[in-house]
Amino acid sequence: MSLHSPSRPVSDPAQDDAGRRSSRSLIWRRFRRHRLAHVSLWVVVAVYLIALFADVIAPRSAGAYDAEHPYVPPQSITLTDPGDGRGPGLYAHGYTQEFDEVSWNRTYTKDPEELHKLGLFVASGHDYRFLGLIETDRKLLAPVDADAPFYLLGSDANGRDIFSRVVHGTRVSLSIGLFGVALSLVIGITLGALAGFFRGVVDTVIQRVTEVFMSLPTLPLWMALAAALPRDWGPLTIYFAITVLLSLIGWTSLSREVRGRVLTLRSEDYVVAARLDGASRFRVIRRHILPSLTSHIIASVTLAVPAMILAETSLSFLGLGLQPPIVSWGVLLQEAQNIRSVITAPWLLIVPSAAVVISTLALNFLGDGLRDAADPYGGAVK
Amino acid sequence: MLPYMIRRIGWSLLTVWLISLVCFFIIQAPPGDFVSVLMADAEAEGRRLSSQQVQVLRERYALDAPWYMQYWAWITGIITVGDFGYSFRWNRPATEVILEHLPFTVLLAGGSLLLTWIIAFAIGVFTAVRRYSISDYLFTFLGFIGLSVPNFVLALVFMYIAFRYFGMSVGGLFSPDMVEAEWSPAKAWDLMRHLIVPALIIATAGTAGLIRITRANLSDELAQPYVTAARARGQREGVLLMRYPVRAAMNPFISTVGYAIPSVISGEVIVSTVLSLPTTGPVLLGALRNQDMYLAGSFLLILGVLTVIGTVISDLVLAWADPRVRRQHSGAAS
Repeated sequence: MSLHSPSRPVSDPAQDDAGRRSSRSLIWRRFRRHRLAHVSLWVVVAVYLIALFADVIAPRSAGAYDAEHPYVPPQSITLTDPGDGRGPGLYAHGYTQEFDEVSWNRTYTKDPEELHKLGLFVASGHDYRFLGLIETDRKLLAPVDADAPFYLLGSDANGRDIFSRVVHGTRVSLSIGLFGVALSLVIGITLGALAGFFRGVVDTVIQRVTEVFMSLPTLPLWMALAAALPRDWGPLTIYFAITVLLSLIGWTSLSREVRGRVLTLRSEDYVVAARLDGASRFRVIRRHILPSLTSHIIASVTLAVPAMILAETSLSFLGLGLQPPIVSWGVLLQEAQNIRSVITAPWLLIVPSAAVVISTLALNFLGDGLRDAADPYGGAVK
Repeated sequence: MLPYMIRRIGWSLLTVWLISLVCFFIIQAPPGDFVSVLMADAEAEGRRLSSQQVQVLRERYALDAPWYMQYWAWITGIITVGDFGYSFRWNRPATEVILEHLPFTVLLAGGSLLLTWIIAFAIGVFTAVRRYSISDYLFTFLGFIGLSVPNFVLALVFMYIAFRYFGMSVGGLFSPDMVEAEWSPAKAWDLMRHLIVPALIIATAGTAGLIRITRANLSDELAQPYVTAARARGQREGVLLMRYPVRAAMNPFISTVGYAIPSVISGEVIVSTVLSLPTTGPVLLGALRNQDMYLAGSFLLILGVLTVIGTVISDLVLAWADPRVRRQHSGAAS
């Protein structure tokens, strides 16, 4: 749905040279005026880099557990020199554990004496393939002594490092968002463009189908379809199936957007003028319709990604989406479903939620800014 | 108005039919039919269903006939006698289970919608009048936060805070001593108090979009010459704002409320599950997990139909409020 105000001539002095600039530079200039969107762009880039380099950034693998350290609170890191010959640098403090024989509760207290030296790109002793290509065991930030406890953001009931799991989950959650949106984009663009271009009966039929899908409450439908997946499918198959399910229902708003734009553009003066000038159909579509269409599509896509991430998170949270051992933010939050464990270890809830909120917020702001900027010749936006 | 109404309702009947097909295929999706599951369940408990019982059930739901006959048996049962099939998890007719939980869903969804509407309207008008002020940015930012924080995370945080700092265990729609009580003003009040927080949590997701639309439309209206003219005549600012521009900016507002209904229903399902409210959400989830497909399919059908009814009502209200919509030949009010 487009939130644009109707186009109106502008008197903004900064736009006086609008006629002489390329539309790309106008879009960029307009985008930069939306401060939050500009900042969000870098946040989004950072989050995707984390997803790309998850293996290096996460100190441990997603499944690595340590029965000796369940529910460890987040560790603090200090820049200090313990004065025992290890030299100044980053140190993580250790813990002293107390085990209550009666209640079976472990309590951890910070032990200021016990310091574990941290290093950049240290050998962790666990081999993995960097980007699936280069075999290595280097980790961005990890304790020099591979066996030292290192729980930057705490650990869960099985002593798995929450920070590592969230970083690995970033990869799954964001890729579901991207693949899902790519798939719905194909469906949405095809149907939307067909409806907008042919109009008439084709348009009516496609519009009705779109309306049916839009009037369905999405989450219950997703739940039902996800529950209908065969139980003997492996986690990876489920991952692909969930992506397909999300996009099968998520394409409607994209399709509407495309149809609306194609319909408007068809009768736009400059398109008519180009056609009257004798430009071929191909040239009209490529030079005149597509450029103003793409910027809108990019904006809609950016807004569709966070919606898809939230959908996956909700499904997995309910236990109908991705299944362990695959780690996504939703799977992590499912472990925080029990209010008792949240009381014992609030970081189980806080850390994955923060990951979800930061990335969806940044993507929403980015999409909002792109939408405002997508039409650089339009009137006052916001 | 009448031709438009007929057309709009006709299209929605088609939509409802398509929804019922989708629901039917979801019921059919798991392998085996429900009588064989019922028999397996009974055998696991050491009972046996008599072959006569099995025969009656198989005939009632036309399980040995092709799928369109099964669909026909299912849908005519629903329409003519309100028989939604059998829930073997609850060991009761699905209709009973549904009727028990549906009123709360309607109440909760309606309340959330109303809250979304009120919040978005107030903030939308306020930010349009005070454009580019600090409070404008603050409210817009808050709206986006509401959009980006998953409902269930808010619900969990709410539970955590209530438990940790106030020592209350939240959940349910009634206080413990009220659950069994007869309906009375005190019980209704108790229900209201328990509904307000879930409704607020669900409402957070939908407000951001509505705020932006209200703000954009009202800003456009405020720039119109008639507003300047009214000001020049010495019209008081508050009266002026409410009498003309706000009314003109309301139309798209009504139409988007129609599309807010699916999101409210989705929110209801997940928030109720977290807060364990006795609405359809947790029951639907349980039914899906246990492959109690008649119950699940029926809930899905009812939620879908509710959504369509809500959308139709909002479209008709819009057509009543805006004559231009009635004349649209396509019949879609969007």
